Amino acid sequence: MSEYIIEAIKTGIFETLQMTFFASIFAYIAGLPIGILLYATDKGRILSNRPVNFVVGLIVNITRSLPFLILLVLLIPFTRFVTGSSIGTTASIVPLTIGAIPIVARMVESSLNEVSPGIIEAAASMGASPLYIIIHFILPEATPSLLFGGAINIATVLGYSAMAGVIGGGGLGAIALQYGYYRYQKEVLWTTVTLLVIMVMVIQEGGNLISKKTRK
Amino acid sequence: MAEIFRLENVTKVYKNDKIEFTALKNINLSITEGEVFGIIGMSGAGKSTLVRTLNRLEEVSEGSVSFYGRNLSELPPSEIRKVRRQIAMIFQSFNLLSQRSVISNVMQPLKIAGIPRSDRKKKALEMLKVVGLEDKKHQFPSRLSGGQKQRVAIARALASDPKVLLCDEATSALDPKITGEILELLKEINETRNLTIVIITHEMSVVEKICDRVAIIDEGNLAEVGEVKEIFRNPKSESARKLVFPSNPFDPSSSDSRLIRVAFDGLSAGRPFIADLVEKTGKKVNILCANTKSVGGVGYGQMVMELPKDKEDQEIVIDFFKSSGLSVQEVERT
Repeated sequence: MSEYIIEAIKTGIFETLQMTFFASIFAYIAGLPIGILLYATDKGRILSNRPVNFVVGLIVNITRSLPFLILLVLLIPFTRFVTGSSIGTTASIVPLTIGAIPIVARMVESSLNEVSPGIIEAAASMGASPLYIIIHFILPEATPSLLFGGAINIATVLGYSAMAGVIGGGGLGAIALQYGYYRYQKEVLWTTVTLLVIMVMVIQEGGNLISKKTRK
Repeated sequence: MAEIFRLENVTKVYKNDKIEFTALKNINLSITEGEVFGIIGMSGAGKSTLVRTLNRLEEVSEGSVSFYGRNLSELPPSEIRKVRRQIAMIFQSFNLLSQRSVISNVMQPLKIAGIPRSDRKKKALEMLKVVGLEDKKHQFPSRLSGGQKQRVAIARALASDPKVLLCDEATSALDPKITGEILELLKEINETRNLTIVIITHEMSVVEKICDRVAIIDEGNLAEVGEVKEIFRNPKSESARKLVFPSNPFDPSSSDSRLIRVAFDGLSAGRPFIADLVEKTGKKVNILCANTKSVGGVGYGQMVMELPKDKEDQEIVIDFFKSSGLSVQEVERT
């Protein structure tokens, strides 16, 4: 591999991490409250509300069922509006975030569903308000599971970030596509793929480890 | 003593996909300050629903539940939360926060009540001392045994200085020895802190051990309510008999013979009744089951016996026991 390609791969690693990092953070900022909302408004839960649960659930399902590649294209005008451009690393963060929000929301909902109803009943019997129960009982109890789900989500975002290369995003995905696929440079393709696999593994295993450490 | 809870015509109907299920039917009850009140029934009888109407974790469909004269159904959410701080609860599955240390668990109700941190800690340590677990304060619940977990739950329940403690099958997940220890702890707390305790259970032994009064719930109905001693001596309802009568007597010698149950209390336990019976009347009975137990601190005993074949002899035997001041009930053959 030429000096030039190696430099490009180094930049690619950095860009991929950058996209994954920011998209994950933004996806959690929006997805965590949506997940909590989905959980709390569900039938039999502390803030049970059928209409709210139905509408939010519907939006989440629709965004989740769109293939990410289609979402990327559909979101180009929105991305341009937010970042001023539709290509490059920063621009990729927008569709990545939008694509990850519903996944994060469902993952959070699933983690919260694991919390024993007995804990919630005990909290209610102590005179805690619904908001207090969510913050001080449900979220702490679900923390190990939320962290485990977090690792899965970050790894998913990382995988998606590679796809952003198709429409002009940066990162390892773009390199794999341009050099590996269009120019048929096999070794570039394999190097980037190997790097992506390693990154996903590090994220997933690291997440598992942290989740296990926090589980008391 | 002041009345702490009053239930009037409490009915609870669950509606699920158009199918109605009546969990409680017209329950009338009154629970007095300072007593240990038992609610006993088979699983599915509605006792868990009943105890949850006391802190409005369950809404009643009809009737009213009053706590110190205030109808709980009429209170707004913020008020009911304040009332719940005075009504602590412990559970069969303990329901401790697994991700929080023992002391942090005990501090929860104080945090909810908005008590400053330093005071919370002091109070929590004091409560852990009451249940004998100060040395476990930094442990996490997963490291504790079932009995220890329930002790932590009791410490947590006591932390907010409640007026009453509701125990929902609190000893059902524990072995007999640990059950005994927990019940002793509860009795001690009842006596030293004058805390009213309401105990839900399906085990008569729990009621016999610490309850002053008991309500028997059968398929959503209040079958019988009264002093535990009185119900043990003379159970009136079918469900009370089922709970009180020994469940495993010997088979009688004949399938159509008449069986009776004789109950005696601490005062009469010293007398050799059977020997007296034979000596005075010359009639013999076949003892199928006999046991003694402590009910509310007094030794009680009961015997199930098969009467002689002759009708007149049977009356002589029954009269003898009755005139000796014992309570006699027929035992129906099943």
